[in-house]
Amino acid sequence: MSDMSMRMRTLFITSAAIGTLALAGCGASSSSSPTPTGSPSGTVTLVTHDSYAISDSVLADFTKQTGVTVKINKTGDAAAMVNRAILTKGSPEGDALFGIDNNLLSRGLDSGLFQSYQPSAASQIPQTYQLDPSHTVTPIDHADVCVNYDKTYFTSHNLTVPQTLDDLTKPEYKNLLVVQNPSTSTPGLAFMLATVAKYGQDGFANYWQSLKNNGVKVENSWSVAYDKQFSGGSGKGPYPLVVSYDTSPPASVVYAQNPPKDGIATTGVLTDTCYGQVEFAGVLANAKNPRAAQAFIDFMLTKQYQADLPLQQFVFPVMPDTPLPEVFTKNVTSPEHPFVLPATEVNTNRDAWVQTWTNTVQH
Amino acid sequence: MDQHRPALVRSATFAIPIAFFALFFLYPLVTILLTALGSTANLKQAWAGLTAPVMGDVLWFSVWQAVASTALVMLVAVPGAWVLARFRFPGRSLIEALSVVAFVMPTVVVAAAVTALLGPTGPLRWLVGSHADHGIGAILLAHVYFETAIVLRMVSTYWAQLDTRLEQAAATLGASPWRIFRSVTLPRLRPVLLASASIVFLFTFTSFGIILLLGGPGQVNLEVEIQQQVLFLFNLPTGAALSIVQIIVVVLLLLVSSRLSGRLTPERSQVATPRRPHTTRQHIAVGGFIVGGLALLLLPPLMVVLQAFNTGDGWGWTNFQSLSTSHQGSVLFVPPGQAIGNSLIYACTATVIAIVIGGLVAVGITRTSIRPAVEGVWLLPLGVSAVTLGFGILIAFDSGALAWRGSFWMVPIAQALVAIPFVTRALVPALRAVSPSLRAAAACLGASPLQVFRLIDLPLIWRALVMSAAFAFAISLGEFGATVFVANSDRPTIPVAIYRLLSTPGTANQGQAMALAAILMAMTAAVVLLTERFRLPEQRHV
Repeated sequence: MSDMSMRMRTLFITSAAIGTLALAGCGASSSSSPTPTGSPSGTVTLVTHDSYAISDSVLADFTKQTGVTVKINKTGDAAAMVNRAILTKGSPEGDALFGIDNNLLSRGLDSGLFQSYQPSAASQIPQTYQLDPSHTVTPIDHADVCVNYDKTYFTSHNLTVPQTLDDLTKPEYKNLLVVQNPSTSTPGLAFMLATVAKYGQDGFANYWQSLKNNGVKVENSWSVAYDKQFSGGSGKGPYPLVVSYDTSPPASVVYAQNPPKDGIATTGVLTDTCYGQVEFAGVLANAKNPRAAQAFIDFMLTKQYQADLPLQQFVFPVMPDTPLPEVFTKNVTSPEHPFVLPATEVNTNRDAWVQTWTNTVQH
Repeated sequence: MDQHRPALVRSATFAIPIAFFALFFLYPLVTILLTALGSTANLKQAWAGLTAPVMGDVLWFSVWQAVASTALVMLVAVPGAWVLARFRFPGRSLIEALSVVAFVMPTVVVAAAVTALLGPTGPLRWLVGSHADHGIGAILLAHVYFETAIVLRMVSTYWAQLDTRLEQAAATLGASPWRIFRSVTLPRLRPVLLASASIVFLFTFTSFGIILLLGGPGQVNLEVEIQQQVLFLFNLPTGAALSIVQIIVVVLLLLVSSRLSGRLTPERSQVATPRRPHTTRQHIAVGGFIVGGLALLLLPPLMVVLQAFNTGDGWGWTNFQSLSTSHQGSVLFVPPGQAIGNSLIYACTATVIAIVIGGLVAVGITRTSIRPAVEGVWLLPLGVSAVTLGFGILIAFDSGALAWRGSFWMVPIAQALVAIPFVTRALVPALRAVSPSLRAAAACLGASPLQVFRLIDLPLIWRALVMSAAFAFAISLGEFGATVFVANSDRPTIPVAIYRLLSTPGTANQGQAMALAAILMAMTAAVVLLTERFRLPEQRHV
């Protein structure tokens, strides 16, 4: 079955390439744009996902420094944004793209979505986040998908907090975990990939069988899982364990109706269950203003921009020694070695893995 | 009728809508289908996707949940339509307004409300048993809540215009009420029952947000599958092939329903005005309708309002007050308050477009001997997946003379595509009811077609026109699917803002989302209640 899926995947990549080539034909130029020179000017349009945010003052400083005005074009969640960008590659909806993550990266690179650009500061980014060997795109931030737990539940039930993926299949944690469907949800997919990384292609189905036997609950969307089913979310549901991000605890403090006085979140993260996600930025092929796009990507690695990221997008900066806000230092320990799979492996096998998952969990 | 210049009238009234439809619907649709399927490799991939074993389950689930939803909606709405058609009672316009509010609520909000009702701590948990806090029960409840309005409105308007003397005659001859309903009323209602049931089927068959948010494992319909293929997996060929399957199902349905139902023209000879209930039985019917209708239509909004005023440690206006402020001084976070303004501007523009185009279609249909099947064509946009059309618009209007992709106008145009069929459906019966002899007389006296329309038709259809404008306004206010693909991200509408807020953790975001939803409901209800004022004087004259 996996053979068949791989063939389908190859077919699909070819067809996507054909499709985009045909589209590029309608556009003004081919995907290899001349290297721009001179100082940036005009307007840069950043294509990004719905979760993007940045402080007023930070953006104003960029315009003051470079004379370039920034326009933001949010075009859906991360997967939708990337697919939409590939589809419109011949006549892109902007100059730079931010928010493509390591799971989607090879789809973007294979279809020639970007023109190569590497800012000089990129050499300082730790190796862990350098997941694009071709250096076409630049890592900007990272956040991990981890199991979150409701502290109150475990204290009041006198129950030890689970630590590892294995723990989640133990009888004392029966009917406590809610996850997302990997075929409909990005964090759901990332968590399934964590189990593939841990138990291997051939073993992860067994793990999910044990989770199923232990009463795992599946939701199609993150918001229903976190806001309705999770006992630590706003809906105060029945499940004290949920798949979410390692930055969800600080986010729940910042966006609380009545923030806790000590600034400590009522939820925590199981750091041994995390799947690493790095978000990248790149200059779009056929960009109208590639020079300004490069300038903006340079700016994304400055201390000012990096330090603004945590409270705006609830992610960790990739540049070392960037100060973190107190709500982060108090509430998150970023996992040192999250599970990660090579992007090409994910792109090749994702459909087959999701199919295996579906056969195991939903039948 | 119009013996003088029928060809001219026909071409003038149809040319504009056809051009509009071809440019903004057919052209992007064909563009995306050709892009996705325009090579042998793509066709092979589409075939592989289409014949995957899971697709059988998807098609089966799409059909059976839509059939079940439609049956339930008809079961709930038809008795309600009878009460609305025949009786006058306190709270009547409130229930009508609430039902339209239901029709235009964003799916994310209804899903949230239904989960709150049926969820682990919900008051209606007993309805679905201990395990099914979501799944098919929740989907059916949400669909009944959404679609009851359209059936209530279509059927009750039609029913009110049926001649009651036939029923009276049958009663005099000794037929039981059930017998009268079955052999006298039902056959005459058949056209409107089929027409409204097919619209409900259309909506529930292509339902997206409700299925995605409330559906459990394995509960995936075609529309959700298309969006997953296109947006999540970037399998455009399979997405396009599934879109074609969906279009075929929808076209077949429309053909069958229009063939069976014939023309939607009530006989309208002696119309009975709604009156107060007399007999005990009638009192029970009306009372049951008020209680049942309020329970169905009031509970979900009530959950929203409760959450909107819940401040975490009590009750108050905090969620509403915080709508005008943006978190953390973030420039890209559009204050939800601004979304209200965007929604109003878009909805007004979309209403004007829908009235002009839908009105022209209605005039064209009534003045020419077009077969009923053609009326169904205008319903097609409802059956086409929003993501398919949205991506089509993205690549069809990307360059050259048609580089309108990011323009303001694309949003109201996309919304109008959804609203046009409703405007047409509301106006056609009204126009048909205008006596042709009046028009003929005016034409004989030398009036131009435009003058005939202005002096004869317009005054007579004024009420239907206002009602359909309100409906179009409400539809575009709540429209989410097309808007999310076409809208410029710096001009989000209320449903888009609600969706964004619900996708972020934190009780404050949840509270703001519910506050915005409450505002959307209040706006819709206000519009509908306002138009009720146009209703009463006219009814007295009839």
